[in-house]
Amino acid sequence: MSAMFDVTVEVGLRDGIADPEGLTIERVLPALGFSGVSGVRVGKMLRFVVEALDEDEARQRVEAMCERFLANPVIEEVGIAISGMS
Amino acid sequence: MTAKVGVVVFPGSNCEHDVVEAVDAIGGTGELLWHKDCHLGDVDAVVLPGGFAHGDYLRTGAMARFSPIMAAVACFARDGGPVVGICNGFQILTEAQMLPGALYKNQGLRFLCQPTMLEVESTSSVLTRELVRGDQLNIPINHFEGNYICSDKTLAELRDNNRIVLTYMDNPNGATADIAGICSEGGNVVGLMPHPERAAHPLLGSTDGALLLKGLISGD
Repeated sequence: MSAMFDVTVEVGLRDGIADPEGLTIERVLPALGFSGVSGVRVGKMLRFVVEALDEDEARQRVEAMCERFLANPVIEEVGIAISGMS
Repeated sequence: MTAKVGVVVFPGSNCEHDVVEAVDAIGGTGELLWHKDCHLGDVDAVVLPGGFAHGDYLRTGAMARFSPIMAAVACFARDGGPVVGICNGFQILTEAQMLPGALYKNQGLRFLCQPTMLEVESTSSVLTRELVRGDQLNIPINHFEGNYICSDKTLAELRDNNRIVLTYMDNPNGATADIAGICSEGGNVVGLMPHPERAAHPLLGSTDGALLLKGLISGD
C-alpha cells in the first residue's frame, strides 16, 4: 500500500559559485543595523507531495527529479527533506 | 537554392521574427517552427531564438529543453546540422546538455541591454567560419542571465579544443573567461548571448551580426 510524503527540496548554488544576490543582501544588512552576518546564499524552495511505497522509494524518486529537472547540477546543489504525512 | 533556416518558436520566444528577417536579408530563407513539432522538415540550419521560453520558469531553458522539437534538434545536431542558440537559445542548449556549462545571473544583478564589442576567438564554428580570428564585432546583448559559468575542467576543454567562439572585449556580466559564445566539439552547435539579428541592418547601428549569420547559411 502506498503512502503520501511531504517533500521539501532546497535548491542552492554550489559552493564556490559567486552568488550576486546573496552578496548584495549581505552588503545591505549592516546598513540596516544587522551587523555580524556573513555567508548569505540565496536559493529557492519547492514543496510538494509524493505518493510512494515507503520513504526510501519517495527519496529515490525525488533525487531523480532533482537530477533531471528541478536543479541544474552544473551550478546548483539540492537538499531534500521528506516526512510522512500525518 | 537558398539555405533554409528553421527558427524555433517556444511559448515566450520574442526574437524569432527578427531572426527570420535577418536571415532573409542576407539571402537565406527563414521559417518558423513550433516547439511542439516533432520534425524539422527540410531545414539546413536551426536557430533557437531569444526570449523567455516557457516563461523561464524554474530556470532559463529548463522547461524548453523538454519541448517535443528538442529531440529532433538534438538528432539534427548529432548528424552535424548547424544549430545556433541566441541568448535564451544559448541557455536552452546548455540545459539540454548540447553545450557545456550554464548561464547564471549577471554579476551586478542588472538586466543589460547595450551594444558590446566582441572578439572572434575561433573560426571553427558555423557562425564564425567566414571570419578571421581577432575580428572585432559590434553586437548588442539583452539579458539578465548571461554570466557564463563552467568548471575549470570544462574551461580547459573549451580552450584546448578551440571552442570559445566569441569573447567580450569589456566583460559586461561577469562571464567566465569573458565568454560570449562557445561551440560544440564539431563546431556545428553554437551558443552565444549577443544578438546577431539585432545587428544585421545599417538602421540598427551595426551590420556585424550579419557576418555571423552569413556563416550559418554559407554551408560547406
